[in-house]
Amino acid sequence: MDRREFLKIVGISTATAALHGCVSKNGSDNTSSELGPVPTDKMTYRSFPGLGNDKVSLLGYGCMRWPTIPNPNGKGDMIDQEAVNRLVDYAIEHGVNFFDTSPVYVQGWSERATGNALKRHPRESYYVSTKLSNFSDSSRENSLAMYHRSFSELQVDYIDYYLLHSIGGGGMEAFRKRYVDNGILDFLMEERKAGRIRHLGWSFHGSKEVFDEMLALHDKYHWDFVLIQMNYVDWHIAKGSGIGAQYLYTELAKRGIPNMIMEPLLGGRLSKVPDHIVGRLKQRKHDSSVASWAFRFAGSWPNVLTVLSGMTYMEHLQDNVRTYSPLVPLTEEENQFLYDTAKLMEQYPTIPCNDCKYCMPCPYGIDIPAILLHYNKCVNEGNVPESQQDENYRKARRAFLVGYDRSVPKLRQANHCIGCNKCKSHCPQRIDIAKELHKIDSFVEKLKQDIL
Amino acid sequence: MLRKLRITLAILFFVPITLLFLDFTGTMHEYFSWMAKVQLLPAILALNFGVVIALALLTLVFGRLYCSVICPLGVLQDIFAWFGKKAKKNRYTYSPAKTWLRYIMLALFTVAMLMGGGIFATIIAPYSAFGRIVSNLLQPLWKWGNNFLAYLAERADSYAFYETEVWFKSSITLGIAVATLLVLIVLAWRGGRTYCNTICPVGTALGFLSRFSWLRPIIDTNKCIDCGLCAKNCKASCIDVASHQVDMSRCVACMDCIGKCKKGAIRYAHASQNTCSKCSDSTSNEAEPSASRRAFLASGAMLVAASTIKAQKMKVDGGLAAIEDKVAPKRQQHILPAGALSASHFAQHCTSCQLCVSACPNDVLRPSSNLERLTQPEMSYERGYCRPECTKCSDVCPTGAIKPISREDKSSRQIGHAVLIEKNCISMTSGTHCGNCARHCPAGAIQMVPINEGGKGRRRKQMPVINTERCIGCGACENLCPARPFSAIYVEGHEVHRTI
Repeated sequence: MDRREFLKIVGISTATAALHGCVSKNGSDNTSSELGPVPTDKMTYRSFPGLGNDKVSLLGYGCMRWPTIPNPNGKGDMIDQEAVNRLVDYAIEHGVNFFDTSPVYVQGWSERATGNALKRHPRESYYVSTKLSNFSDSSRENSLAMYHRSFSELQVDYIDYYLLHSIGGGGMEAFRKRYVDNGILDFLMEERKAGRIRHLGWSFHGSKEVFDEMLALHDKYHWDFVLIQMNYVDWHIAKGSGIGAQYLYTELAKRGIPNMIMEPLLGGRLSKVPDHIVGRLKQRKHDSSVASWAFRFAGSWPNVLTVLSGMTYMEHLQDNVRTYSPLVPLTEEENQFLYDTAKLMEQYPTIPCNDCKYCMPCPYGIDIPAILLHYNKCVNEGNVPESQQDENYRKARRAFLVGYDRSVPKLRQANHCIGCNKCKSHCPQRIDIAKELHKIDSFVEKLKQDIL
Repeated sequence: MLRKLRITLAILFFVPITLLFLDFTGTMHEYFSWMAKVQLLPAILALNFGVVIALALLTLVFGRLYCSVICPLGVLQDIFAWFGKKAKKNRYTYSPAKTWLRYIMLALFTVAMLMGGGIFATIIAPYSAFGRIVSNLLQPLWKWGNNFLAYLAERADSYAFYETEVWFKSSITLGIAVATLLVLIVLAWRGGRTYCNTICPVGTALGFLSRFSWLRPIIDTNKCIDCGLCAKNCKASCIDVASHQVDMSRCVACMDCIGKCKKGAIRYAHASQNTCSKCSDSTSNEAEPSASRRAFLASGAMLVAASTIKAQKMKVDGGLAAIEDKVAPKRQQHILPAGALSASHFAQHCTSCQLCVSACPNDVLRPSSNLERLTQPEMSYERGYCRPECTKCSDVCPTGAIKPISREDKSSRQIGHAVLIEKNCISMTSGTHCGNCARHCPAGAIQMVPINEGGKGRRRKQMPVINTERCIGCGACENLCPARPFSAIYVEGHEVHRTI
C-alpha cells in the first residue's frame, strides 16, 4: 500500500464521516457509529482436540499486507513499524491472538516487523505462524537457513504453527523436491517432536490430484492443520485451480484436520464489488459492511480454526473484529443468498488478482497488481466500455485512462510488458499474467486512439 | 475612454494567447489557436497574406495598435512598465528615435530570416520570445498547479484533472527565456517600450506604415501649456513637447497621453489640420539603455532521479524493480513532426515560439540544443512517442512550419525510419521472447523472425525485422523497447518526409 492509496482511503473515510454527520442531524440514527465501541472481550475462539489447549481467535492476522511508507533515503518503500505496532496492539487488545507471516512477505520484511511488534507482548498471549518459503532455492542448506532465520527474525524460541508454503504450485514433483528429497520434512517432524514447532501443516494452491495425494500422506506425516483458500465465490469452483473450496473443506473435515482460511475476502475483491452488489448486501443487512458477509461466510464453518485477513488499515481491523465479536453464523438461507450473489458477480469479468504481490518484483519494473486492480476497479464501476456506442463511453474512457495514469506510473504500465512470463509461475491464482496485461494494453491502446 | 478600450482589447488578446502556451490538454487550442496565427511574423512565414494585409491596413488606420493589443510581448512589457510607473510616477522622457539601431536590427533580422532563420532571428522575434518565456517559465508553474488540483481531484474521486509530467526540456532554451525576460523587465520598468522601438523588427516594420496612419494623437497647440505631462507618461518616449510632435513610427497607440493631459489638448483623430512634417532630428544627450546586453544562462539540468531499489538476495514478494531512464541515441538526422515536410522547410518557417512544444501531450517535442537550430523544436522518444491519434503540433503551428495534417495522412507520412541495434536486443542476445516493438508498431512494420534454427520453443532467439517501407518513424518501438538506457531500436529522421 502506498501513501497515495492510504490517503485515498482516508479521504473516503472522511467523506463518509461527513456524510454520516449529515444523516445524524436529520434524525436518522441507524448508522455505524451507533454500533457502539468495538468489543474487546467478545471474540469467538476455536479449539480442536488435535491442537492441545490452543484457543485461537477466529480472526487471524495475516501479515502479508503490512503498511509501508516511502523510504526516507528515496529508494523504494519501507515498513511502517509504528503503524504495525499500533495494529498489533489493537488486535491483541481486542482478542486477536493469531499472527501469520512468511519469510518472503512484504519484500522480506514481514517476519521482522511482526516479531518487533509481538515481542512487546507476553509470548503466551499469542500464536505465531510462519512458513518454509523455499521457492527460489530448495536446497537443504538454504531451507535450513530460512527456517532458522525465521526464529531470529520473529525473535521467538518456538513457532506455534509452521507451514510448508504453497503446496500445489509445480505439483507433487515440487513438493518432493522442496521438502522430501532434501530431508527437510523429516527434519521438521523432529523439530515438532522437540517442541520448537508446535504444529505442522501446509498451505495449498493447486489441483485436486495434489490435494488428494497430500491428504493421503496424512498417516505418514500427521498434518496438524491445512491452510486453504475459501470464500463464497470460490466455494463451488475456483477460477484458477478449478476445484472449489467446498471439496477441500469437506475432505479436511472428514479427516478431522482443522483448516485455516486465507483469501476470505480475495484481497479485497469481495469488498470492492459493483454498486448493485453493495446495494443488494446492504439492503439485506443495513449495519453490516460488505466485507463482513465474506467473513461470516468463512467463519461459520465449524472445522475452521482461524480466518486470516491481511489488514493494512485500522478500519479493516475494527470491522473484522466487530464481525467476529462474536460471530453470528450464517443461516442456510443466508448462505444461499451469498451463492446467488457470487453468481451475479460472475457477470463482471474481473481478473482474479488478490494483490498478494507474489509476482513482484517484475524484472522489467511493471507494477502488475496495480494494473490488474485498476482494471478490476473499472470493470466493477462500469468503466470498461465495449464500444464507442456505449452510452457512457466518453466518461468511461476518461475514467479508465486518467485513473490508469494515477494508479500506475507510465513506465510501469502494461505496454512495457514484454511477455517474458517470469511472473506466471509465481501466481497462486494461476493468472496468465502476460496475456492479461497484453489484453489490457490493447484495450488501452484502443481507448487512446478512440477506435474501440 | 480610448485607453480603457485599448486595455480591454489587450486583455482579451493577452489572456487567451497566454493560455494557449500554458494549456497542455488541447482545450484552448480549439478556440484560440487563431490568435497565434494573426501574429505578424508567423503570418508572413505561413504566407498568410490575408492576415498580413489586414494587419497592414489596421496599422495604416490606427497606428501601431498591433503592438498594444495583439502582440503579447508588447502587453507583457506594459505589465512590467505598469509596475515601474507605480514605483515612480511620470518616469519617462522624450528621446529621439534610434533610427540607425532600428534599421540595422531590422536588416539583420531580414537577412537572417532569408537565410533560413537562425538563432539571432528567433531570439529577437517578439512572438517567439513571448512563447519561450511562457512555455519555459510559466508552463511548469501552471502544470504544478494543475497537478495539485489533480491531487485533490484524485482524493475526491473526480477525473476532472489529471496529473501531467513537468520536465525541463532544454536548459539552453530555458536560459534564453530567462535572459530575455530579465532584459525585458529592466527595459520596460525603466523605459516602457524601449525594446519595441529599438530592437523589435516587427515594431520597426510596422513603424514604416504607422507614420502614415490615418488616426493619430494630435496635440492642439492652442490648448497645450507645454507642461510635458504627456511626454512624461509616454512609454514610447515619442512625444516631443517642444515641437508638439508625436513620432508616429514609435507611437504604439496606447492612448495614455490623451487621458493624462489635463487640458484636453491631445485627441486621437485624423491629422487634417496639423500635418506632420518630418520630425526634427534634435540630438539629445539622454541615452536610453540599449538592449545589447544579452547573457545566456546555462542552468544545470534538473533531473528527477527515478527511485531505485537495491538488488535483492532472496526472491521476496512485492517491491518494484528500478527502471533506468532512457538516453537519447545519437541521431544522424533529427526527427521533425509529420507536417514539417522537410528539414529545410521547417528551419525556414519555424520561429521557435515553442507553441508545439507546450502542446505536445506525449513529451516528444523539445527545443533543440543543436547550435544550428537552437531552440527550434525537434522530436525524441525517451519519454513517449508520437502517438497515432495526435496531431496537436500541426494544429497549433501558426507559421506553417508544421503544416496541418489529418490523422489519416499522418499514419502514412514517413518522418523517419527505425534502425535496429542488435547487441541491445534482448530477443537476439538472450532466449527471452520480447517482441514489444512488433506488438506496438502502429504501422505493422516490424515482425519477429527466428534466427537460430537449432533452438526450440521459447529457447529460440528472434530478431525484429523492420520493413522500412512501412515504418513511419513514430518511435513506438524505440520508446517501448525494454533495453535501457539505450533502446535496441531507434528512429533516424528523414531529411525530406515522404508519403507512403
